[in-house]
Amino acid sequence: MIEFENVAYSYGGGELLSDISMQLVPGSFHFLTGPSGSGKTTLLKLCYGALIPTAGHLRIFGEDVAMLGRDDVAMARRKIGVVHQDCQFLDHLSVLDNVALPLQVSDQDTAEAMADIGELMSWVGLTNRAHALPPELSGGERQRAALARAVIMSPDVILADEPTGNVDWEMSQRLLRLLIELNRMGKTVMIATHDLGLIRAAKSQVQARVLRISNRRLQLAGADL
Amino acid sequence: MEDIRSLLRGDAAHDRIVPPTGYTVRLTLFSAAAMAFLAVFALALSLAADRLADRWSDALAKGATLRISAAPEELDAQVAAAMAVLDTTPGVASARVLSDDEQRALLEPWFGPDLPIETLRVPQLIAVSETDEGFDAGGLRLRLSAEVPGAVLDDHARWRKPLLAAAGGLRWLGWIALVLIMGATAAMVTLAANAALAANAQIIAVLRLVGATDAYIAAAFVRRFTLRALGGAAAGTLVGMIAVTLMPDTGDTGGVLTGLGFRGFDWIWPLVVPVLAAAVAFFATKSAAKRVLEDLA
Repeated sequence: MIEFENVAYSYGGGELLSDISMQLVPGSFHFLTGPSGSGKTTLLKLCYGALIPTAGHLRIFGEDVAMLGRDDVAMARRKIGVVHQDCQFLDHLSVLDNVALPLQVSDQDTAEAMADIGELMSWVGLTNRAHALPPELSGGERQRAALARAVIMSPDVILADEPTGNVDWEMSQRLLRLLIELNRMGKTVMIATHDLGLIRAAKSQVQARVLRISNRRLQLAGADL
Repeated sequence: MEDIRSLLRGDAAHDRIVPPTGYTVRLTLFSAAAMAFLAVFALALSLAADRLADRWSDALAKGATLRISAAPEELDAQVAAAMAVLDTTPGVASARVLSDDEQRALLEPWFGPDLPIETLRVPQLIAVSETDEGFDAGGLRLRLSAEVPGAVLDDHARWRKPLLAAAGGLRWLGWIALVLIMGATAAMVTLAANAALAANAQIIAVLRLVGATDAYIAAAFVRRFTLRALGGAAAGTLVGMIAVTLMPDTGDTGGVLTGLGFRGFDWIWPLVVPVLAAAVAFFATKSAAKRVLEDLA
């Protein structure tokens, strides 16, 4: 699905990631951990084609990302849902419009699809906040709205970058349950986090692979987690 | 073509994706209106010059003047000989000897109304009208030099040519002004579009995150700027047309400045200005969006 083969990424003369090899296979659940600034967000951006490797091969849905045009990357992103720590909403549009945005940009905003959004909003517990503007939401509500937007196209892969960074423990557990539920529906999930508590909590509920970035390289995390 | 279809079709949800940003709206509207106003005047100038050139051409091209200078006792004979030559010249529709009153009227601006023309040795003038085909001026001069030695043929070419060149120059000036105005409109719209795209870099990032193609993102900006340019130019054109209507008009007897305006079907031309401004904005924004989206990628 997403395959890294000896991938490196450099920026401004310095190498941020080096010799990364991994595969995100369908239905798998991954945690990506490491200290702040270790390159977790960079690795996630590589996963959805926002960055191009400076060395090695990265294949997204079987296509070498270096060979893809911008429109091809846009098409690939419709199969990858992304949840950012800062959520990235269009603040002048309602939560409902933001959640529907992927449908709209892919010209799939049919009446039937729009009717299903109500169900999705209910699933993330935001039915009553559908017409609010994003700045009016709490941190947890914003994360759940971002998750709803990430899954509305029923993507094959969900990438979440520090999704629980701005929420309390209870809300982080709620978000985790939603992500685990998505994984049980067959979605591939990768969560970048430095919250080891979240990883420990997840391991009791889902078979997760924990990867750690250390010294620019990716390692399988050991039993300390 | 798909871009143009999408522009005409419109999509309210698509339009809302980019928030309206204050000063680029005003900049585009104002510059489109101002440029359209100037374009209407440039168009009016060009069309007035066109009409003037036609009028001068018509008035001078269809006539010639034969001037006969001779001693008083020979003048009648030479006039008769000249009339005989003109009668048999192909391309001459008619020839008429000007009366003393007509000759006095021609001299009146210089000598006043009471000139005793009969006491002066003033050349006799013969007004010649041409057929549509016209006559061979060179051949006629040769015949006249042989049969009427005191005759000088003036076919008005030396007057007509510089006047037509001046009118043609004015017409070109009008068209060049129009092209420059459209170029300036394109530059203004490009600047405004660049500013709007740069100000909305975060929105572009979000749209890309959710799988929007460059064409989709560009279309949101292109439609907005095209409609703004169309609206601004329509207002500017309307004001320009009203201003042209209010210009003093002396009809077809006036020069280029007093004849500045539109006649009959000419009134259709200013209506093209907003459409042209919208087309310029469409292509300018499309090009700016392509460049900025490449830079932001």
